[in-house]
Amino acid sequence: MPDDLNWAIGGEAGDGIDSTGKIFAQALSRAGRHVFTSKDFASRIRGGYTAYKIRSSTDKVESVVDRLDILVALTERTIEENLDELHEGSVIIYDGERTEMQDVDVPEGMIGLSVPLQRLAEEAGGAIMQNIVALGAACEVTNFPIENLDSALEKKFGTKGESIVDNNKEAARKGQEFVAEEFDHEFDYDIDTTDNDYVLLNGDEAIGMGAIAAGCRFYAGYPITPATDVMEYLTGRIEQYGGEVVQAEDELSAINMALGAARAGARSMTATSGPGIDLMTETFGLVATSETPLVIADVMRSGPSTGMPTKQEQGDLNMTLYGGHGEIPRFVLAPTNVAECFQKTVEAFNLAEKYQTPVFLLADLSMAVTEQTFEPEVFDMDAVEIDRGKVVDEDEVEAWTDEKGRFQPHFPTADGISPRALPGTTDGAHMSTGLEHNSLGRRTEDTDVRIEQVDKRNRKVQTAQEEEDWSPREFGDEESDNLVISWGSNEGAMREALDFLEEDDVSVRFISVPYIFPRPDLSDDIEAADEVVVVECNANGQFADILEHDALTRVKRVNKYNGVRFKADELAEEIKESLQAEEVTA
Amino acid sequence: MSSDIRFTDFKSDKQPTWCPGCGDFGTMNGMMKALANTGNDPDNTFVVAGIGCSGKIGTYMHSYALHGVHGRALPVGTGVKLANPDLEVMVAGGDGDGYSIGAGHFIHAVRRNVDMTYVVMDNRIYGLTKGQASPTSREDFETSTTPEGPKQPPVNPLALALSAGGSFIAQSFSTDAQRHTEIVQKAIEHDGFGFVNVFSPCVTFNDVDTYDYFRDSIVDLAEEDHDPTDRDAAKTKILDADKEYQGVLYQNEESVPYSELHGLDSNMADIPDGAPEDAMDLVREFY
Repeated sequence: MPDDLNWAIGGEAGDGIDSTGKIFAQALSRAGRHVFTSKDFASRIRGGYTAYKIRSSTDKVESVVDRLDILVALTERTIEENLDELHEGSVIIYDGERTEMQDVDVPEGMIGLSVPLQRLAEEAGGAIMQNIVALGAACEVTNFPIENLDSALEKKFGTKGESIVDNNKEAARKGQEFVAEEFDHEFDYDIDTTDNDYVLLNGDEAIGMGAIAAGCRFYAGYPITPATDVMEYLTGRIEQYGGEVVQAEDELSAINMALGAARAGARSMTATSGPGIDLMTETFGLVATSETPLVIADVMRSGPSTGMPTKQEQGDLNMTLYGGHGEIPRFVLAPTNVAECFQKTVEAFNLAEKYQTPVFLLADLSMAVTEQTFEPEVFDMDAVEIDRGKVVDEDEVEAWTDEKGRFQPHFPTADGISPRALPGTTDGAHMSTGLEHNSLGRRTEDTDVRIEQVDKRNRKVQTAQEEEDWSPREFGDEESDNLVISWGSNEGAMREALDFLEEDDVSVRFISVPYIFPRPDLSDDIEAADEVVVVECNANGQFADILEHDALTRVKRVNKYNGVRFKADELAEEIKESLQAEEVTA
Repeated sequence: MSSDIRFTDFKSDKQPTWCPGCGDFGTMNGMMKALANTGNDPDNTFVVAGIGCSGKIGTYMHSYALHGVHGRALPVGTGVKLANPDLEVMVAGGDGDGYSIGAGHFIHAVRRNVDMTYVVMDNRIYGLTKGQASPTSREDFETSTTPEGPKQPPVNPLALALSAGGSFIAQSFSTDAQRHTEIVQKAIEHDGFGFVNVFSPCVTFNDVDTYDYFRDSIVDLAEEDHDPTDRDAAKTKILDADKEYQGVLYQNEESVPYSELHGLDSNMADIPDGAPEDAMDLVREFY
């Protein structure tokens, strides 16, 4: 058995599943183990099945797999829900003393550990700590030094007082001791610790952290799953840097407030999910024509309409790429993992100000709510550079005024990027508008000026295509005739799928694309391959459509749209099947 | 900010395309005078407007300005003011912009109490789309889309503002230049959200709410014994559907604007060249 542990806790929403899972994930991370978490939750506050899964290894882990080694089952349904992933030798920890759990049927070949979670918790100071008792039991099963759990408990409950921390530590020990004393069993799940230091965070938090690092000082948003964590992260933190988070009355207001702050010179952003991005669409064109730098994060969930709010999908690609009437120059970045949520957010702010355009950050639910471990240096704050673009001060304004001394905020420069005078700059007063306008920002219907301004705005994109690095990342066997392409958060699962494929002697070249627009030109790579498979979490293959358009050829598709992210082993199987299939079913 | 600013400095060299006689000329002149009288200049002033005749104001004035989409001027103004508290922010809109498509934003802007001035050019009709009923149109006002009148009561913007916790609620008449200027000036000077509903007649499409009608009907609060700090007195007047008042109906002198309440006093445009010095602390939080 490799040092690869798959652990989960499941029960009813309201059972503290999420915080318990996070405590264990933190304990593992503090013990120098890598962690990758996933959540299965319903769109309700109490009741309904919910689970928190952790995959942990001393090696880097970048996806979930179809296997569960230890399951803490707070309800009988938890076992049923996970039956597919449980296997011979899986350990199920449950409280057999609870009335509703007395008749639990532990599947054949699995190890049922009936631990009186509630009773032991009460002995330690309160029934509320029953989940912590289960964590102590899990420590014993895995031979995991319980001091690491202590450390996570201190972090979690430290602010609530020493006695709370001590009671929790005691509860954990009761669980540990119970398993040690009551079960004369060797378990297969001994795990190692290391001296490595990791940080553990999710994609939404990484976006928020990237925003602060990049100098974002204004955030306006409206709560929506799964983007709300960005707002919650920034609240209370951005103020320390002189910034502000405003909870707007709706998404229309949120994006317009963010636009106003950006106009005033602040680095500004909003974040939302599908239904919210629909409402914001009205303002995309205004952001682009007024040439206002703005970062708009869309943390995708299953659509259309309100769809499945707590489930995964990559269905908004077309929306962010094409959304809005008329033709809107924009950039669309799609981070591929939690750390990249940070890096791409920083990049988004620089692109927005450099090119004075809307920049979309296309994240998704499974990345946004997934906690992942990283070496802290991955979030390299020293590497953050801030490029504010062509902001002119009062001495430079004159160079951009017309013969009447009027500042020209939309002057059609060779690179398409115009000077920007922030409000307050002497002699820089000007207006901007969503109407077609001349270089002064004044409305026009002059046919030549119209063409000049449309071309000017589009030229910014051409300039960016030439000046910036839009390269994809490459993995696997670069000589292989089998080419797999994916975008956004599928990268981790796909990278691990490569290992499974290699075991089956299937060689694959894998290109992961973090940019939707502009994007790398993959025509030659597609042309050179015998088989091309595009992997994405949607039904119709929105990225595959684009690649077919770019390369003027058909590609194969692996799509998943049941609301759950790709699992590495499952993805490997699907790719194998797709490569073997004769016809391209585009 | 220079001390010799005149109101004409706020005029752009663009000639307005409003219909001759439009109430918006007077409304805008009063806004410019009020800005100059309160010691502002074009470089520290930001004017936001939405769509419609009122939306054109940013073009005819000289200042920093944004002409946005229909109904969303208030959120834009909110963002501008919070990001840079040194700017004088004035938001202009029409009755459709403010009380129909932007009604949601209106009540929330009122309760948010950001220190800016909101001037609504209320002509009780949709002018630029050529004469349809607006939210302030009378119940029996016949228009191209309401041949028998809207058959629903008009919105009472002052009552909306009062119920949303408005801290400065006023009304003026665009052609009464001196009073209108004075009222807008008070709104600018108010610490918080200064709301002024301006009767700004549409000479082309509204033959009911005309200059003559307002001249005959207006009751100026300056000539009445009205105490604007008395909320109950303000409520009684605001809910009196039979009267058209001019003046400051309500002002909360204890008003604390959003920025002060939230401790915002820095210009958010000023940021370091890289990540903040203590940025690694943000990472360490995740240990």
